[in-house]
Formats: sequence, C-alpha cells, structure tokens
Amino acid sequence: MPILGLPEKEYMYLGFYSCPGCGEFLALRHCLKALGDKTIVAIPAGCIPTVAGLFPRISYRVSVLNIAFEAAAAGASGIAAALKAKGVRDITVAACAGDGGTADIGIQALSGAAERGDDLLYICFDNEAYMNTGIQRSGATPFGATTTTTPIIGKRQHKKDMPLIMAAHKIPYIATSCSSYPQDIFKKVRKASEKRGATRYIQILCPCGPGWRVDVNRTVEVGRLAVRTGMWALYEIEDGKFSLSGPSRGLIDPSKRVPIKEYLKLQGRFARLTDEQIGALQEWVNEQWESYKKMIGE
Amino acid sequence: MAEVILTTGNHAAAYAAKAAKVKVIAAYPITPQSPTVEELSEIVERGELKAEFICVESEHTAMSALIGASATGVRTFTATSSHGLALMHEMLHWAAGARLPIVMYVANRALAPPWNIWCDHQDTIAQRDTGWMQFYAENNQEIFDTVLMAYRIAEDKEVFLPAMVCADGFTLSHMTLPVEIPDQKDIDDFLPPYEPPFKLDDPDNPVTHGNPAMPNVPFSDWYTECRFLMQEAMTKAKEKIREVGEEFKRRFGRFHGNLIEEYRCDDAEVVLVSMGSLAAQAKDVVDDMRDEGYSVGALKLRVFRPFPAEEIQELAKHVKAFAVIDRNMSFGYVGAALMEVKAALCDAKERPIVKGYVMGLGGRDVMPSEQRLAVQEMFKDLERGRVEKKIEWIGLRT
Repeated sequence: MPILGLPEKEYMYLGFYSCPGCGEFLALRHCLKALGDKTIVAIPAGCIPTVAGLFPRISYRVSVLNIAFEAAAAGASGIAAALKAKGVRDITVAACAGDGGTADIGIQALSGAAERGDDLLYICFDNEAYMNTGIQRSGATPFGATTTTTPIIGKRQHKKDMPLIMAAHKIPYIATSCSSYPQDIFKKVRKASEKRGATRYIQILCPCGPGWRVDVNRTVEVGRLAVRTGMWALYEIEDGKFSLSGPSRGLIDPSKRVPIKEYLKLQGRFARLTDEQIGALQEWVNEQWESYKKMIGE
Repeated sequence: MAEVILTTGNHAAAYAAKAAKVKVIAAYPITPQSPTVEELSEIVERGELKAEFICVESEHTAMSALIGASATGVRTFTATSSHGLALMHEMLHWAAGARLPIVMYVANRALAPPWNIWCDHQDTIAQRDTGWMQFYAENNQEIFDTVLMAYRIAEDKEVFLPAMVCADGFTLSHMTLPVEIPDQKDIDDFLPPYEPPFKLDDPDNPVTHGNPAMPNVPFSDWYTECRFLMQEAMTKAKEKIREVGEEFKRRFGRFHGNLIEEYRCDDAEVVLVSMGSLAAQAKDVVDDMRDEGYSVGALKLRVFRPFPAEEIQELAKHVKAFAVIDRNMSFGYVGAALMEVKAALCDAKERPIVKGYVMGLGGRDVMPSEQRLAVQEMFKDLERGRVEKKIEWIGLRT
C-alpha cells in the first residue's frame, strides 16, 4: 500500500550502511522514487557512495557513476552530452552531492554546467558539514555550529546561500526541501525532472544524527523544527519567480515562526552558543525572511 | 580518396578526431593546444561532425565530463597542454581506473614558474603513473595516424585504458607539414564505432561505476586486483600496439614504429635515444655522422607507457652505449627516459654504458650540433670504458 501517496517501488535496496535516522538517505530514497527507472545519477565523494554499498554489492536500482569530489556536475554534464549525441531523450541525468561537494569544492563545475544550461538535475543533500570525513565545517555550516574544525568557538560565518547563487545563474528551476518532508521532496524532484533542457537545482536539508549531535530518533523532528523556526525555508524559484512552499508558506509573519532556540537546543553542535549569539542568529534568520518577503513581492 | 594537405600538428589532431567520428568533445583553451579545439568546434558547428562539444569551464571538468560521456558508451576526445594537463591529474587517474578508452591529444608545454608556453615534456612525464598509455609523435602525420591507432588500442576489450597522444608544442603543434588524410571509408573500416562493454543508459540493466572496494570488508577487498588488471592491460597493450601498427601499415602504407622506432641501429655502437620531434632531428644527426664514419643509430621512444623495456634489452645485445635525451627532469634524480632506459638495462644480460642529457627545456631550441655532441661524448666514454658524468645539462648558461 502506498505510504503518503508515494510510489511503492524502491530504488534503494536494503542493506546500505547509513547511520540510524540518517536524513540524507531518507531524502535520497524519495528523490530516487521521484526520478524513477529512467535515471542516471552522478555521485561524488561523500556519505552517499560510502554508505550505499561496497563492491561487489550495491543498493542502487538505477545506474550510477561514482566520480571525484568536485566533479559531480561535470560527470553529469558528460553523461547528458553523451545521451544527446546518442539521441536518447527519455533518461533523466541527476547529480547527487553533499553540501561540501556542492557549495565548496564542486561549485565551479556546477556553475559551469548551469551557465551552459546542461540538461541535468543537481540535488544537494545538505547536512551542513563534511560528515563523511568526520564533521568538518563547510561553506554550508551555519553560524555557531561546532564541528571538528570549528571545535571550540563554533563557525564564525553564516551559511553560504547556495540556492540564491544558483538563482543568479537564471536557471529555470530551483527548489529547497527537507528530508522530514518526503512528499515535498517527491513533488519538487518530479517537477524538476520533467523540466528538461536546462540545469535544475534542488537543495535538501538533511539532519545528521552524529554530525548535529541529535538523538537518532529525533532527526525527523529536528528537520521539521528547522523549517518551522525558519532556519531553513522551503521554496521554489520557477523561471525567476520565487514562492514559498508547504509549511514555510505561512511563516512570513515572524510571530508564526517558532523561536530558533527550540531548534538549536535539540542539537549538541549548538550547545556552546551564548544567548547573545542565539540572538544574533535569530536576527540573521529574521533578515533572511525579510528578503524572502521582498522576493514574494509582499 | 586519400588526400594530402598541409596542416599544423594541432589541426592534424583535430582532423583525426573528426575522422574517428568522436561523439563527445569537452575542452578548455590553453596554449599551444587551443587551435585543435578551435578547429574542432568549427567542424562541429559546420555540421561536418555529429558530436556534442562541451565548452567546459576548466580542464578538470573536461576530463570529468569525458568520463561521464565515455561511461555512457560513446567515443570521446579532448586536447590540452601543460597546466591544463596538471589540473586534470586527479581525473586522469579516474579515467584509467574506470577503464575508459578516452583519447587525448597533448601539445607538450613546460610548467610554470617562470611562466613559459614553449615545449618540453614535463607536463606529460608528470602523468606517467596515471595508467594512461603515452604516445609521442615526431611529425604531424604521426599525430594524425596515432590518434586513430590510439582509439583502436584503447578500445580493445583486452586493454580498455585511456591514451594520450603527445606532440611537441609549437615545434609540431604550430608547424605546417604535409599530412595524408585517408579516405573516410578506409578509416571507418579500420576504426569501427565504439562498442562499450557496459553503459549507463540501459535502465533494465543498471550498472554502478567506481563503487568503493575496501580491505577488511567481506567480499569487498578487490582494490589490489583492480590495479593488477590495469597492469595486465598495459602489458597486453604492448601486443596490441604492435598488431594495430602492422594493420595500419597494411591498410595505409605508413609505419611509425611500434613501441620504439629504430633508425640505423642494426650495427650501431652508440644509439641516441629521444622522444617527439627530437627523434626526427636525431635521424638527420645520425645520417651526417654515419657519413663521417661514426657507428651510430637513433632510437625513438614512440610509446613511453607501456614502456618498451624488452625492445631496449634486445638492442643492448649489440649496442655499446646509449645517449638518452630528456626534455624533462625528475628533480632529485635524473630525467625520466634515462631512468627507464637504465631500469630496463638492469634486466639485460649485456650492460651498455648509458648517459643522460637534459636539453630543450621550456622551448630552448635543441641544435643538431647538441645531439651530435651527446653522441661524440659517448664515444669518448666508450674509449675510457666508463661514464665520466652520469647526466649532463646541455647548453646550460652560467
């Protein structure tokens, strides 16, 4: 029986090695359901290739090209070009990378693909640090989070706004989602996979138990709080038009947003934040929402 | 009908890629290679070649994109030089490890600093251990022919390794020379369309390329065997290079040597070893010196990987001395060609004396008189019965 109205067919077979409660694999599972059989995925270094199975076993039901850390978009560009050269039109090319592989080391190849308009869907699984190498800070790590390379003071800079960097490329579809909202993921990935002929970008926030120091039975809850506090907004930018989606839709009014303290207090990575720092982060979130408000045109 | 055209080394490489009917090209501009991909983009835009041309934003992406394209089952091509090749380094390992038969033309150029756009072999020699086959051409005809042969060898099911066809920057890349372009039908007969063993675009039979293989994990500990198979493929490639070279000669009447080309080596006491365009000049030097009564021959290292160790051991049966020219340097030791020739001779029954000469770095011209000097010094060393100085930098300014 379909759960949440999603297709029953699985594209991640059992037997992969993710941590319990892994947001990234929850998200990947629903992305692949939305992409379906006719899909080729390029995957760079990160948790996904390490967790999905070791040779000679693999849990993907679709074809996958493992590729170097900074090369997910580039590999996908090559696959897309080869399909075009062969006249194959019914296969979706996707790249599935982490936030480090996207916002840091992989940004050049992604920007190049987007500028050229290569026919691929790039999905960033954002768990806000280099989790696979042991929780080092990335460009996508939020302010104040302790990681193994920001171990005492926490990260001093705010999160890099990757979706809006992609928006500056004027690509036809950009969306954000969160692993705690499978239907939202499904809907957006399905929509993006159908918008062929250009680069599309989706960034999915994926809570990470060990990296965020959250109890593994609470990763879904933490993801929902990220959205309800406004730390992470769910939106789409379709042909340049910005719109909030799902539970983020009603959060333009600051009084509707849960204070970020509720989100931060569940996570060990924010345990050292002072009230003053929490205030600064709350201020940053409020500013983000002011800019969303402008983008909606309210 | 075959036709003879006057063309540069760069364009010869482009025409070879066109003749090979490559399906995906991904390239980034860099001197002195740029005219290759400029010409190819024109060929594609004019509709003379049905291929996708990706104007990538770096050489790293050029190679990564070709890895994606080749794994999807199409014939691919790129060209680069110097820093571009150095930037690709990671993906060169990847292409070879993934066993993808990508063919790349490299117009050899020095690495900075100091900035230098001119020829030496440091760029490709630095990629020696990536698992790529390396061919060094001595003229533009050989560039054209070798690109075609490289596809045949790389795509052989017993090889499946990528290949780079190297040519001296400017000396060949920008030099106009006659090149015979065979009839396309004959090229098609020699080089049929690529038949990949696996491809990504078969949804009924999904495949995963490059899955992790780790030690101490049940059933997964196959990394060493993957590497061993690459080495076996390189060994097999030696055979294929010879076979394909013979077939090419039969079909097109041209032969550029197998892994090595010997020139008047049969009764030579001293053999001058070189790569690329210097191997062409060496032949003139040998002719002149033969006229003067020197017992000398020239040896072109046409293929550097797989290395022609057996061929050199065979020559060692009658050659008394090798003068080895390197247009590169492995800092802290000696030039790469000298290193390999010496290593090959270690297994030979007879041990000729060997000396290395470093010359032609960063595009400094190598005069025939300098190659001649190298040979004369070897004769002096032969008289002495020992090598006075193991390695010499020719034309070094003080």
